This record gives sequence, structure tokens and C-alpha cells, in this order.
Amino acid sequence: MSTSTGNGSRLALVSQRLPQHQIAGLAGTSFKHQHLPAILADDVPGGFFEVHAENYMGAGGPPHAALARIREDFPVSLHGVCMSIGGPQPLDRTHLTRFKDLVDRYEPALVSEHLAWSTHGTTFYNDLLPLPYTEATVGRVADHIDEVQETIGRRLLLENPSTYVTFVESTMSETAFIRELVKRTGCGLLLDINNVFVSATNQGYSALDYLGDFPLEHVGEIHLAGHAEQQDDEGELLLIDSHDGPVADAVWKLYEMVIARTGPIPTLIEWDSAIPDWPVLKREATAAQRILDRHAQVGSREKFRASV
Amino acid sequence: MQASSRIPTAPVGAAGSYVARFVPPLLDPEQQTPALVSGPNGKAAVKRFNVYRNNVTVSLIEALAATFPATERITGETFFRAMARFHVRETPSTSPLLFEYGRDFPDFIARYEYAQSMPWLADVARIERAWLDVYHAADAPALTPDALAAVPPNRLGDAVFMAHPAVRIVRSDFPAVTIFAVNRATGPVSRIETSASESALITRPELEVAIRNLTPGADILLDRLLSGVPLATAAEEATSRYPSLDLATAIATALEAGAFLAIHYGEKP
Repeated sequence: MSTSTGNGSRLALVSQRLPQHQIAGLAGTSFKHQHLPAILADDVPGGFFEVHAENYMGAGGPPHAALARIREDFPVSLHGVCMSIGGPQPLDRTHLTRFKDLVDRYEPALVSEHLAWSTHGTTFYNDLLPLPYTEATVGRVADHIDEVQETIGRRLLLENPSTYVTFVESTMSETAFIRELVKRTGCGLLLDINNVFVSATNQGYSALDYLGDFPLEHVGEIHLAGHAEQQDDEGELLLIDSHDGPVADAVWKLYEMVIARTGPIPTLIEWDSAIPDWPVLKREATAAQRILDRHAQVGSREKFRASV
Repeated sequence: MQASSRIPTAPVGAAGSYVARFVPPLLDPEQQTPALVSGPNGKAAVKRFNVYRNNVTVSLIEALAATFPATERITGETFFRAMARFHVRETPSTSPLLFEYGRDFPDFIARYEYAQSMPWLADVARIERAWLDVYHAADAPALTPDALAAVPPNRLGDAVFMAHPAVRIVRSDFPAVTIFAVNRATGPVSRIETSASESALITRPELEVAIRNLTPGADILLDRLLSGVPLATAAEEATSRYPSLDLATAIATALEAGAFLAIHYGEKP
């Protein structure tokens, strides 16, 4: 039943009404409307922009005007937050249709969602909630990924979560779970290195081991973000995936290590609250771009460098 | 292949029970951390699970604060967040689109016991909710003011004005438009001298949301027109209560605001 998962032949049918900006090897940032004038006035804005799909699911108005403007000049990455792929109940077809409509309308260079759930029954909890890693859940999540990919006619990148608890019933590691999903669905991966660092700290395992076991050859995008520090019940460090500050040094180190191994992968600086002025955000993206450029000769799969 | 696609809500079988057991404590502080989660190596998970409780509650409170900034400015942050927390726990979002959240919040404010001394607060919130609907409404070219001149005089009575997607009217027994306007702006809030009832006409002909204070009677006229009633009927209803209503000015105001999409005659097409 699940057939086409790659970009394959269906992409050939995509109209050429929007410019086909290349995203390979670029660093980008979250797109915030308040930055639009500064971005358009910037002599060397570069990069790509990522948006949360749900913010553009209204019928019209300023959000679509801003996204349409940015899409003219830059590659755009569409990042879904609320599909609830990791939940047991069937996907919300209305929501999935809205998601497909955005993919069709903006022809994003990348499309991603989360390994998490946020809806139960009809209640939407507005958080990326965790799931146990078992044979039963891997089958259900794989079915959901198939359904999304069949609906949008493209490969989906699935993002690894940041977690604060572990499920007693889990029988697989997160990396084994993710590898199984890739095998069953042909989906790609969005590797959030801040999430790796946050989860590893919170769950007491090594981020390096996690990355060593992660199927890097399927990663189509990387996320970097800031995190906050709290304490757990034993008074030990508990990291919170807060997206409200600069990327931590430890996360930069892990990032450089990954890029050294894979070669350049489109990389996003995620910054969603306490949003700074555009130059500060851009500086973070520039730092990521320098690392990407330093390793531009490594790896072969990014070498096509299409000239459009 | 899998039976779940035929089941409309969450299956209760073992594979889905983690969700059913995870959610009850999220919005209920009285409930304990579910036993299905722990920290690493069996460590306690109370504070860990509280991260999720906090994310859910606080993010929904912040969604309400983003939609109702004037309401928050009036009440102050502490009052607003306490009020919003009650509402979030009682009526969490049923849509993954946060700009759809808060439709029940004005009614909640109207019956919230600590807000009874501010009887106009719910109307200010209604204007803010309508403001966001107008902001996200579909784009369409609005009927221009000269369109009325093109209507043959003998057809004026049965002219039906089609509503633009980005138009709302909020009627209030209080000066809700004035209170909204001074609290939605960033400048200092000056003393409000009026106590007259006000009605808001909220439109977005292009990209800027605009709000106008409608004169008494004009709100009735436009409300009836926007619900598809022919001009003669709407005018009669409005002038029977407000005989001095200037119909031409009221319609000109609405046209200038971009409230209409088109004019039809008699039956809708």
C-alpha cells in the first residue's frame, strides 16, 4: 500500500510557478514576521527559512502575505508541529489535508514533522508528548508516516524528540525505533542535535553513543537550538528544550562532529521565544554556515549543487 | 492491515493505553504522576512529568494572552494568567490551530466571579477574538465605495450586500471599542470619559485590521445587511429603533471599511 516515498516522479508534476531555490549546504533560521523588514533590507541575508505549518493554516491575511514574500527569495522548510504522528488514534484527516494544501501552495524545499503526539480524542495539548518504544507503537507510527507521505506525495523528515521521562513498557532504544521507522516507511530524518543533548542528559545516556547509532545517512535536515536548565526530583540536572536562547557549546561540538562525518546538511537555528533581533539570529546561522562550509568537501551525497 | 483507522477515537487496547494514562494529570494538578513513566533506572519522575504539565498549561495560557492582549493589559498579568488557567483546565483547545482557541473565553470571562466588577471585560475580549478572526480571514477585493452609486435607484431596496470574509461586528452595552483601543495600543492609558454603549466594526480590506466605532442604529443596519437581509428591510429595522439614523453615512462607512464583497438583488445567486 505504501509505495512512493521518495521525491521521484511526482515531483516532475510540480508546477514551476515558484522559484526552485536550492537548500543543499545552507544554514537557515526560524522565520518570524517581525524580522521580515530586516531580512528584506539585509544585503547578505542568505540561508533558508523554516515555518511552523500550523501558523499558516488560516485562510488568508498577513501570515500568508509574509510567507509568500519570503518564499519568492529563499528556500522554505515546512515544519509541522501538531500532526500527532506518535499517537494511537487515526490522524486527523482535516489537519492532514490542510498540511497537504500548504505543501502544494508553497512547494517547500523540506517537509518535516515530529516523533511525538499532541492530541487525545478531540483535546489538543499543544506539546510534543512522548511515546513508548515498542513493536506495537512502531507499527502504528509507521502507518501514520505512510499516510502522511502518501497524502503529500513527498518524503517526510521525522524529528527525534527531546524527552523528560522514559516509559517502563519500552522495549527498544529510540535509535532502534527510528531506524525501524526509516526501514518501514522510507521517510527521512530531521536530526535535532539539541534534542539529542537534552534527552541524553535527562535519560542518562551518552549523546555520542546515540549519534553513533543514529542512521545519519537518512538525515535531510538538522536543528540546533538553545535549552534551559532545571533540576529533577533528585536535584540532578534536567534540561528543557526551550528554544529561547543561543545554541549551547556542547551542541555546537556535537554538530561539528556530525557534519564532519556526513558533509553539509541543511541546518536550522530554531529560536521560538524570547526572540532576538534579526542580526543576533543571523549570527547563529552564520556560525552554522561556517561549519557547513568547512566540511563542504566531505561526503558525496550533497555534491550535486544543482544550478537553477 | 490495521483496525485503528476505522475507530474514530483513541483505541483503548494495550498499544494505545499510554495516551489514555498520560493525559489525565496534564490538566489536573490533583492527579499523580502516571505510573507508566519514570526517570532513568527507575528514578522518580514527578518533576520530570511536571515539565509536560507546565508546557501544556503555560503554552495554552500564552496562546490566550497572545489573542487577548488588551484584556490582559486591563486585568494585569497575574489576574489574567489565573483567569486563563481556570479556562484552560476547564476548556482546553480542541483544534491544533491555536489561533482558533479562545472562542469560549469571552463567555467564561462574563461569568468569572473575580471579573464581575468589570462587566465590559467580556465585550473587550469579544472584540479581540473577532480581531483575530478578521486577521486570518480569506483575502478578497472589497466592494469599493463608488459601487453604491452604480445601483439603480429602483433596485436599492432589494439590494443584498454580501459580507467580505474579513468583517465582524461586536455590539456592546459598554464603551468596549474605546476601552479596547486604548488598551490594545502601547501608549499610556488615559482616563476614559465615556460610558455610552459602543459597537465595533472590524474589517481587513487589505493586510491591516481596522476597527471603527459604529453609531447607534448603524450597528443594527450593518449587522442585518451582513446576515444577507435586503437593504429596505435592514433599514426599516434600524430606523424603527433609531429614527435619526443617517442611512447613507452608515453604508458609506461600511463600504469605506471594506465590509462588503458584492451587491446582489433580491435572491442571492
